[in-house]
Amino acid sequence: MSWTRREALLGMGGIPILGAVWWAGASATVGKKRERDALLETLNIQPSLPPAVAAISGEPVKVGVIGFGIRGEQLCRALGYATQEWLAEMEEATALAKAENRPFTALEDFNNQDKLNVRIVGICDIYDYRAEKAIRSFATDEQPIKRYRTFQEMIASGDVEAVVVATPDHWHAPIAMEALRNNVHAYVEKPMTHTLSETYELREVALNSKAILQVGHQHRQTLSFKTAQDIISKGILGHVSLITTNTNRNDDNGAWNYEIRPDATPETIDWAQFLGNAPQIPFNKNHFFRWRKWWAYGSGLSGDLLTHDYDRLNCVLKMGIPNSVMASGGIYTHRDARNVPDVFQANFEFPDFSTGGSQQPGKEKGMTFVYSATLGNTLNRPTVLMGHDASMELGNRLTIWPDGRSTRYFTQLEEGKMAPQTPIYQYDPASSALDGVSSATSQYFADKGLMWTYIDGKRVDSTFLHMREWLSAIRNNGPVSCGIQQGFEEAISAHMAGLSWKLGRRIEWDAEAQRVVPVDEIDLDAALLDSPPGIGNFAPDVVT
Amino acid sequence: MTASNTNQKLSGGLVLLRLFIGWHFLYEGIVKVYNPDWTSFGYLASAQGPFKSLFAWLTAESILPWVDTLNWLALLFVGITFILGIFDRAGAVVGMGLLALYYLAHPSFPGLDQLNAEGNYWLVNKNLIELAACWVLFLQPTGTYIGLARLLKPKTSTTKTELS
Repeated sequence: MSWTRREALLGMGGIPILGAVWWAGASATVGKKRERDALLETLNIQPSLPPAVAAISGEPVKVGVIGFGIRGEQLCRALGYATQEWLAEMEEATALAKAENRPFTALEDFNNQDKLNVRIVGICDIYDYRAEKAIRSFATDEQPIKRYRTFQEMIASGDVEAVVVATPDHWHAPIAMEALRNNVHAYVEKPMTHTLSETYELREVALNSKAILQVGHQHRQTLSFKTAQDIISKGILGHVSLITTNTNRNDDNGAWNYEIRPDATPETIDWAQFLGNAPQIPFNKNHFFRWRKWWAYGSGLSGDLLTHDYDRLNCVLKMGIPNSVMASGGIYTHRDARNVPDVFQANFEFPDFSTGGSQQPGKEKGMTFVYSATLGNTLNRPTVLMGHDASMELGNRLTIWPDGRSTRYFTQLEEGKMAPQTPIYQYDPASSALDGVSSATSQYFADKGLMWTYIDGKRVDSTFLHMREWLSAIRNNGPVSCGIQQGFEEAISAHMAGLSWKLGRRIEWDAEAQRVVPVDEIDLDAALLDSPPGIGNFAPDVVT
Repeated sequence: MTASNTNQKLSGGLVLLRLFIGWHFLYEGIVKVYNPDWTSFGYLASAQGPFKSLFAWLTAESILPWVDTLNWLALLFVGITFILGIFDRAGAVVGMGLLALYYLAHPSFPGLDQLNAEGNYWLVNKNLIELAACWVLFLQPTGTYIGLARLLKPKTSTTKTELS
């Protein structure tokens, strides 16, 4: 077969084009990948692996649940116990999501959750409806669940090895101390305590107890935070001088205006026990269901949500208790007789803390941690760690941007191998997972890495991991991620912020004495619990 | 202007169209082949419109690797057949299939979010236009005019060689 030159050209003209396009695509892709690999090699960040936990062997751990409200139910689900009501609700939500063609995986996630070697044997809730709901859902003929009227009875019964404490804040420490003194293991929700003196005392008790205490900061199990620790330790951000954390919510649920059930009466609720050491006021449903809005039982933004952000960073940086705190804010978005602020800003000073630096020694030291919150806006402001060399956004995903004036990356920036607007590292363990999230509040927590983490691309409830770690530590006497020291630092920092807001003063920490520095002659605990006259105690019983 | 002159001009234009579409497909395919981290997960997971659940189903762990491989294979097939000008009708069919899937995963229907779209579209978008162009190339293949198919077609009785 022979062709003229014209024939050959018309027939085979495409071949060089094919070669050119192929070469262009391959060289661009491979070149980009090589550059990225070289960069990642320089950064040498090690994405963390799932934590290995020793088996919870032997007989199932016998657990008593104290407090079966919203959080109590969630903790029980992490232990593998879901109420009939929740299961029915989730089945309905799954069907609805299916009909609307959107993913919704809460029920599937729960069913796929590994079974823990644990048995709920007792429930203590002062509200009949909740105690009965737990028994109705969890008890079987072979495995009955006993209702205890008081936590003291439950702890003294000898039938429970461990307790889960999900009560209002003012009951956390008294119950935890009672458990630890009797060598009953305790999982305590945050904030760990309600006052300074409780915090000091609980530390003593915990250190002298054989029982294991875990504070409920489940995000310590989030894999991205472990990777973030590696990033900090390798000095990739340089000297971090400022951290900004935020809470942005804008709905009733986010502002703690939970459902008030009509069957709640002095007959169905042990009101005296609910009040405990709080001011003795007449039965008030509003206070009972929405206790987070009053200093007498809760601690507002500082104890409820700041603690999450503080501990997230303390988990990554281990910066401990700030030297001083100044806070401001007010009740601006929900003037509904609450006495905790709903707009709240706190600045924590760490003048001696350093994440290392790339400039001459001695030039950089100290950091401010800013917490800024409003319950009247949902703009998603991410958590950002701002270093001399790079900034990092911290959540379930991690993103690092080099700083345009970085010392460490000066050459790469000069050569155009890095640009300030282009991330040099991204960690997204969820990149191959399809999520179905139910509400604005859960999305808020999910973005912060507070709800779940991803192991091999699979979504895992971080509360499940946190409780599994605690149960494993009980059986194997192992360490826990959020023990008494971490809880102590969290509680003191939160109370310093709350006090600063209440007193309008700078609150300082004396690291040597391990005490908050006295302010004039003020009784700091009394100030922390104080309900300003005119609001709070007069909260209407019935809310329209 | 004679009819044959017009046909020749039109064929030239169609060849250019074929080359450009082939170029586009080939480059997209090559970039995916040489990038081991590439996956169609995000595109499929964010799918919208009436076939959303079908595309979401394709993201299943057992299916996704097949989807990814078939995608770049198909892209390369269209690219190679169009640029070389051989089996270009088959290339046009595969191209239309791919583009139909891309269009249906993210249709420019009113009321749906336009994800990663650099322009504004109502019903018709660039995927649909490229699909229509592939249809034209299917109806009027040009590989025998300019392309490898020209060299492989049976010789006609009147050739230059015989005359000279």
